[in-house]
Amino acid sequence: MVTPLLPAHMRDVSVTRRGKRLLGPLDLTLGKTGFTILLGPNGAGKTTFLKALHGLERLSTGAVTWAVPNDLARMRQAYVFQSPVMLRRSVRANLGYPLAILGQPKAQVNKAVEAWAARIGLTPALDRPATGLSGGEKQKLALARALIRTPEMLLLDEPCANLDGRSVKDIEALLQSAHQSGTRIVMATHDLGQARRLATEILFLFKGRIHEAGPAPDAFDAPQTPEFKSFLNGDILI
Amino acid sequence: MNDIWAGLSSAFWLVVTGDPDLIEITLRSLQVSLTALVIASTIALPFGTWLAIRRFRFRRTAIAVLNSLMGLPPVVVGLIVYLLLSRAGPFGVLGLLFTPTAMIIAQVIIITPLIASITHQAMRDLWAEYHDLLISLNTTPTRRILTLISDGRRALLTAALAGFGRAIGEVGAIMIVGGNIDHATRVLTTAIALETGKGDFALALGLGFVLIALALSVNLIIHALSRTEREGRW
Repeated sequence: MVTPLLPAHMRDVSVTRRGKRLLGPLDLTLGKTGFTILLGPNGAGKTTFLKALHGLERLSTGAVTWAVPNDLARMRQAYVFQSPVMLRRSVRANLGYPLAILGQPKAQVNKAVEAWAARIGLTPALDRPATGLSGGEKQKLALARALIRTPEMLLLDEPCANLDGRSVKDIEALLQSAHQSGTRIVMATHDLGQARRLATEILFLFKGRIHEAGPAPDAFDAPQTPEFKSFLNGDILI
Repeated sequence: MNDIWAGLSSAFWLVVTGDPDLIEITLRSLQVSLTALVIASTIALPFGTWLAIRRFRFRRTAIAVLNSLMGLPPVVVGLIVYLLLSRAGPFGVLGLLFTPTAMIIAQVIIITPLIASITHQAMRDLWAEYHDLLISLNTTPTRRILTLISDGRRALLTAALAGFGRAIGEVGAIMIVGGNIDHATRVLTTAIALETGKGDFALALGLGFVLIALALSVNLIIHALSRTEREGRW
């Protein structure tokens, strides 16, 4: 039996760059299930939090531990960046890349690629360069590329920023579907409406610290901290 | 001006009549420069890419040295290779001096830093773009290098063509280590130097035009094969 990836523990995690503390110190446990939405104003440390969790950010103090050794943990996660990174290849090659590097047989990779392309509506564009897609198409492709390995945990950094309503809806449908299939999701967003639609759990970051953490309905209905209350009211937090 | 017209006319007749000496030295030029290019690219493309993605203690120094080596004086390279391959030198026993192999060795030494340096510059930008994604996907260092080389192949083609341009036009080093021996090590550039020395400017210019046409043809063929600039990207 395969050891599950989660829970993950962040212990005394902090990130400091050029004398400025960007994150922490944080102590947090991420449970096995749920759709966690990371909220916070610009510069609150949301991206740094996600990168620290995923191992893309060098920690100044503390550690992130998983239920499996850390070198195996990243293999079972996927990360979607705010600006989708497109390999300078076709849509087909972009989608298949995460499977191809695992050495999966070509026929198997192609089958998965075609299934995912159909799901995100990019079948006609499969052999076109991915760099020529629209912003919404790129983000859908980046999400499909992240999900094609069926990760146990998916981290997303504002995947719907600057996208049109149609693309946002498509992406939310893919995320809901992944969540229902058992993928643990942690996603940063600015969009309170989106947070209300998707979240089962809220983490509110401000100045690199967690100011609110808990089940989404409780957090929205009865915020515990003045900072989160102000954020929900649409006030500017400085 | 008369010399230029005479050169053009000479080049035309050399090509039209299929001059056997011209064909021989042209083929030798291509053989030496393309072999040097393949060997240098095999070393320089992965090395330049590795240098772009790898952090180590003396990285800046290594890049500065590599960039400086782009300006290696060919005559000095020729002299050093000559001393190494001469009968009294450490590799004299191999009997390579005054052979096309010696010329290839000299050209590899001259063009490897050039190709590696241009590769490094191009791959550094691509690595900045791909860094987070490839780390996130837990790729191995070898896979990262292969991905960058594959996706940056057009920039690498430019690097390789710059190397070819330097190799095909090089004269100082191959004159020293090749000796410009007729039917053995004579190539277009050394033949041009010889004819200029003899005062036959028309033939020298004719060979020069053939050399330019050859360099241009190789570039066009490589561009056509690699399908660059086939469609607008803006």
